[in-house]
Amino acid sequence: MLELKNISKQFGGRKILDDINVTITDHQTLAIVGPSGAGKTTLLRIISGLEQPDSGTFIWNGIQTTPQQLRLDGIIGVVFQNFELFPNLSVQDNITLSPILHGQDPKAAKANALQLLAQLDLADQASAYPFSLSGGQKQRVAIARALALNPKILLYDEPTSALDPALRESVADLVKQFKANGMTQVIVTHDLAFADLVADATLTVKKQEAVD
Amino acid sequence: MQYLIEILPSLMSGAQMTLSIFALTIIGAIPLGMILAVGLMRAKTWLMKGVHALLTAYIWLFRGTPLLLQLIFVFYGLPILGIVFDRYSAALFAFILNYAAYFAEIFRGGFAAVDRGQTEASMMLNLTRWQTLRYVVIPQVVKIVLPSIGNEVINLVKDSSLVYVIGLGDLLRAGNVASARDVTLLPLVMVGVIYLVLTLVLTLGLKLLEKHFSYYR
Ligand SMILES: Nc1ncnc2c1ncn2[C@@H]1O[C@H](COP(=O)(O)OP(=O)(O)OP(=O)(O)O)[C@@H](O)[C@H]1O
Ligand SMILES: [Mg+2]
Repeated sequence: MLELKNISKQFGGRKILDDINVTITDHQTLAIVGPSGAGKTTLLRIISGLEQPDSGTFIWNGIQTTPQQLRLDGIIGVVFQNFELFPNLSVQDNITLSPILHGQDPKAAKANALQLLAQLDLADQASAYPFSLSGGQKQRVAIARALALNPKILLYDEPTSALDPALRESVADLVKQFKANGMTQVIVTHDLAFADLVADATLTVKKQEAVD
Repeated sequence: MQYLIEILPSLMSGAQMTLSIFALTIIGAIPLGMILAVGLMRAKTWLMKGVHALLTAYIWLFRGTPLLLQLIFVFYGLPILGIVFDRYSAALFAFILNYAAYFAEIFRGGFAAVDRGQTEASMMLNLTRWQTLRYVVIPQVVKIVLPSIGNEVINLVKDSSLVYVIGLGDLLRAGNVASARDVTLLPLVMVGVIYLVLTLVLTLGLKLLEKHFSYYR
């Protein structure tokens, strides 16, 4: 279980997050919802350690920690809103780059990547380059890349925003499938219907009023 | 025809000088430019800000004055400060510093063009800074900068003729000497043809390289 307590964040004196508490329960799917500009992405970036909060504490299984430590321990995987696949690497190499650099046997890393791709219905795209994939395919490669490091928590930023509405259901099915396998997931979205479809719990981030 | 064969050896030895200045400048200036560009990335600490300011001044100096002037200063000016180069080293020193300044600017633009999200994604995959540069950023930078680097490389072939000013015998000088001695423009026509062949070969090579990098977008 990951708890964030009293998280606050300002940008240039403008309050974005004010004293937010987040509890991420094992094997559950948490949706973070709220209007555009409310600070959902900012909160996800704080959980990932990409953004430093002005104040707040992180508690992992009862012990205080830092997002940097969580990252080093491989606790957190992120699926970015625009996926951030590496264009210079094939789909397979996108997935195996980090495992191999962290000492995994290249053959095993490749086998694992191919297995993940097969599960995500991408078996035939292993040697393709990201530019040739559709949005939905890119997203699944990004998911496979994150999963290859066996994170405990998988974060998604707006997983439905870059997709055809028809693909929404299939993303929801994936999230449910991962949940059934025991994955803990956090989904940032402004799509309330999607949140309803997948989430066990919902956290609403409110837009802060401009203060003078 | 007979005459052309007669002057060919001297032109060839001039061409050799041109090519060696060219090759060593490329070998020195491209890696140096890339390292300088890394130093030009966003500075956080005071030390890095100092480095940044120094590098910016250096680039301004070398891009803001003629290469010809830089050659003259290195060969005739630096000895006044007790730094003496032989002609060839002086030429290489000036050429490498000059071209590294241009390459640094090009690479800086290339680094800036790679989406910050790529670095963040690498971070979330627990890659080190160096691994991120090596496997993610630099391959993309190389593709981005290739056309601009190519332009400078072609310029360098022609700029190498400036070494005559410190008394080095390059291709153009060999042609000039023969032309003045035999009172004919023919050697200079030959020189022009040789430059054209050199730049043609380089242009084709660069095209091939660009094609090699077209496997992704
Ligand atoms: N690095 C930054 N510097 C300054 N302001 C920022 C920065 N990042 C975000 N902001 C501001 O913080 C606010 C919240 O941004 P954020 O991206 O977290 O919102 P969001 O809830 O994800 O919105 P959306 O639904 O549009 O994605 C916005 O007003 C944004 O302009
Ligand atoms: Mg957002």
